[in-house]
Amino acid sequence: MAKMSVDDKLGLDLFHTDEHNPHITVNEDYDDMEEIRKVLLACPAGLYHYENGKVTFSHEGCLECGTCRVLSIDKVVKSWDHPMGGAGVQFRQG
Amino acid sequence: MSEEKFDAIIVGGGLAGATAAYILANAGMEVLLADRGDFCGSKNVTGGRLYAHSLEKVFPGFAEEAPIERKVTHEKISLMTPKSSLDIGFSSEKLGEDPESASYTILHSKFDPWLAEKCEEAGVMLVPGIRVDSCVVEDGKVVGIDAGGEIMYSDVVIIADGVNSLLAQKLGMKKELTPHEVAVGVKEVIKLDEEVINQRFGVRGNEGVAWLSAGDATAGAFGGGLLYTNKDTISIGIVATLADIGYTDISIPDLLDRYKEHPAIKPYIEGGETIEYSAHLVPEAGVHMIPELVRDGVLVTGDAAGFVVNLGFTVRGMDFAVESGRLAAEAVIRAKEAGDFSKEGLSSYVDALNESFIMKDMKALKGFPAILSRREVFKDLPEMVDDICTKLFTVSGKPSMDFIMYVINSMASHLSVAQLTSLVGDIMDAF
Repeated sequence: MAKMSVDDKLGLDLFHTDEHNPHITVNEDYDDMEEIRKVLLACPAGLYHYENGKVTFSHEGCLECGTCRVLSIDKVVKSWDHPMGGAGVQFRQG
Repeated sequence: MSEEKFDAIIVGGGLAGATAAYILANAGMEVLLADRGDFCGSKNVTGGRLYAHSLEKVFPGFAEEAPIERKVTHEKISLMTPKSSLDIGFSSEKLGEDPESASYTILHSKFDPWLAEKCEEAGVMLVPGIRVDSCVVEDGKVVGIDAGGEIMYSDVVIIADGVNSLLAQKLGMKKELTPHEVAVGVKEVIKLDEEVINQRFGVRGNEGVAWLSAGDATAGAFGGGLLYTNKDTISIGIVATLADIGYTDISIPDLLDRYKEHPAIKPYIEGGETIEYSAHLVPEAGVHMIPELVRDGVLVTGDAAGFVVNLGFTVRGMDFAVESGRLAAEAVIRAKEAGDFSKEGLSSYVDALNESFIMKDMKALKGFPAILSRREVFKDLPEMVDDICTKLFTVSGKPSMDFIMYVINSMASHLSVAQLTSLVGDIMDAF
């Protein structure tokens, strides 16, 4: 099998992204590197990045697992909720 | 709708919630089943295998009509290092000979809609696509739900919203999950011709394989690998305990890619086409993470209640979810008969859980989380086994050391006496 990037894999999934209401927000200026490292390693969708001293996150492509919430709520993760009803990922296999 | 009062509102259309809804509707109650996905199962992910016994009690012979994938007749567990895999396989026509002891591979987004349809046929009002934000509490009693400002009332709310259970957390019945209590599972569903699957795995018809592994699947971190054969797809994934994230520098998505490349795995998925990528949390702490299960007007079921047991070689959650949904529904029926939806009126749920296999198994197996959070199991043991088996099966013409001595030396170099004693102690405790 040809190796796929995470973005390629997410491209196979069906999303109804709610562009205007991110269901997860992050503390951009959070600076405990050990904590940030864990979240970056753990996110199954690879949506967390650390660039120029800031944590960035995009909710587009989120698989809604809750990993970042459990690892880092009130630290890297400022707020975490489910997307609004019907929004977000829609698994067709599950 | 906001003026209407239901007998019961169930939040979450997975196996726990849908089972509860079905039983309550069959008992003649007005039931609303809410799910945040566009359809039940669209937010749900399993490894996965369903042990059938508890659903058999509700739908005898369900596998005849439900969209199961395959019946598991081949079990395989492996200890892996990067180049090696020690496999133990068991295949038997006895596995699943009778429906109560059968297990089936399933995919939630196909299976859950079938269960939801059964609910609707029984008269459940199914409302997909709504996010329930919180339970409505009046005078300390749960009296309904709040979905984006729309309030719906009921005598009782059954919380079946899954592992994260924000509803139970907001009520204070459940604490914020800790990294020690859950693992993240990531999975690809890979399409392969049905006949190719049969040939590669040595199965026929609707026979299927469940294959779990420890060791290299997570590069020595706490967790494991999984592979289940579906009808014309393969579910392949890894599960990693959140407390051990950072043990290696390999990210979760990369761990799965690495697992797919393992020499023992790769030939089985070669030529397949990935059609979905998913992730989900798995409760792992067993009896140690069970929240408050009942309060006035509310009960907690399934993954939300942490009802999962992971023994390494078997992982059970869905059969617990179904059973807890059934027991919650039966407690609600009794509460309605008595006209008492207080914590006390609903407490027969807890009694029934204690009498059921759910609490009995979770208590009996309470030592397993300790074994499955030992580095020896995921790193030292696979390496030792690799070393010994390589020695056992290699003939190179060099004069060989006495095999027993080799085994003893290998054990000594991989595990200290203290480690071994403490590991054996944990294992004895667990059994």
